[in-house]
Amino acid sequence: MHGLINRAIQSFVCATYGHACWLRATEVAELGFSEFEAMLIYDRELSMNVLDALCTDLNRSRADLLEDMGTYLVSHPNMEGLRRLLRFGGVSYVEFLHSLDDLSDRVRLAVSDLQLPALELQEHSPAQYELLCHPGLPGYSSVMVGILRAMADDYGALVILSHEGRKEQVDSISVTLIESAFSEGRQFDLGARKP
Amino acid sequence: MMETAEFSTLLETLCPMFVLLDDQGRIRQVGPTLQKLRPGRQMVGRGFLDLFELVRPRAVTTVPALMSVAGAKLHLKFHDEPRTALKGLVAPLPGKGGAVVNLSFGISILDAVRDYALTSADFSGTDLAIELLYLVEAKSAAMEASRSLNLRLQGAMLAAEEQAYTDTLTGLKNRRALEHLLSHLISSKADFALMHLDLDFFKSVNDQLGHAAGDHVLKQSARIMLEETRGDDTVARIGGDEFVLIFKGLMNKDKLSGIAARLIARMQEPIEFEGNPCRISASLGTALSTQFQSPKAAEILHAADLALYEAKRNGRSGHRFYSALSGAQH
Repeated sequence: MHGLINRAIQSFVCATYGHACWLRATEVAELGFSEFEAMLIYDRELSMNVLDALCTDLNRSRADLLEDMGTYLVSHPNMEGLRRLLRFGGVSYVEFLHSLDDLSDRVRLAVSDLQLPALELQEHSPAQYELLCHPGLPGYSSVMVGILRAMADDYGALVILSHEGRKEQVDSISVTLIESAFSEGRQFDLGARKP
Repeated sequence: MMETAEFSTLLETLCPMFVLLDDQGRIRQVGPTLQKLRPGRQMVGRGFLDLFELVRPRAVTTVPALMSVAGAKLHLKFHDEPRTALKGLVAPLPGKGGAVVNLSFGISILDAVRDYALTSADFSGTDLAIELLYLVEAKSAAMEASRSLNLRLQGAMLAAEEQAYTDTLTGLKNRRALEHLLSHLISSKADFALMHLDLDFFKSVNDQLGHAAGDHVLKQSARIMLEETRGDDTVARIGGDEFVLIFKGLMNKDKLSGIAARLIARMQEPIEFEGNPCRISASLGTALSTQFQSPKAAEILHAADLALYEAKRNGRSGHRFYSALSGAQH
């Protein structure tokens, strides 16, 4: 599992539940270290063990935890860089949804060894979409639900999301767009740069 | 032929940074994004070359010259501030004179989006500008992550190297560090004295008072050796109770004997451990690099060893210099 994914979990847990919680999980999972490096590759088993330890520690299902992580990845100030990268996807929420088809390719352009599962958007009507998450990364669709929800807030769109289940290892998320300009949303300045 | 209005609409859709010129090189119309770069300043009606300077090809300073570089890639800049660099292409209009110049940001896109607060809507749908901006940010983030990994690895490497050259109990240099230093001294042809020091009665401290007492004695001995030597001398622990001291550039036997005598005297002062006095002493043997034609590390160590043996044979708590004569005997 790519270090960036592990690092995302670590960052989410430390920011949300505190460093002590993270340390407990790394000990229970018997990692032998407490900090993932963003640019190294780790055995998938390590990541799964940490997730299991976290779910037990926090008494939450893996899907719930990962969905919260998806929200964190977009909405927390720590993750402003990632939010910006996602906002490059389009000027409206619908454009953003369509850009998800290219997400795994975009990610590979930036970090060539970070392989994310393919996403496929199906438009059933201008207000009804279905996002198919192809297999390859267990829990990815849960993270995507969190990301889709937080990005809707970011664009100021009002949406209803639900995890529709799985068919032949492909997870399906239904997206119902109630209003695309429900609120102001957050600013996205193309030229903003880190100080 | 298309009407002018239709033609303008077409240009606005396809190239939001176009300039439509008449046959005199005057601006008849500009695309909305280009106009956004100079808000509140009318571009229409001004001469193209009054607004823009051609950086390459530099020879183009007149309208006929401009018309003659049709199809070639142009590098331009605004005459006024901010002097954003632009790329351009001149396409003459068929028949009636005049031309369309299509402009775009080259690499200046990064500054331009900030300087002019551009948004996705300012670029045509096929323009790669947004993808370029995305890539720059994504790559910078990835680079930042790699850089912080490199810094941490470098820190870990320095710590590991330091550890690899350090005796963890006493904080002195270890055998590895000593070998490294000796080969460096020899290859740089530096003169030095090598003193081999062996603690006397250390084993009995260990046996009677335990390993903790032994460790304490080793640490105190190390401290004494550091205190009795100069900052650029080297003190290494090369075995249980064996030490080697290197004095670079010190070949004076009287001075070396003085140091040895002080070391012995201080080592003989009882060292307190949990209320018990630990009594040890030291024997020393010294060899000088100048005693050898072409010194080798093992050779000098062996010579100092022989001198140490000699010192021990003559009763403990003594110091002997190596002499080629005694070396030949053993």
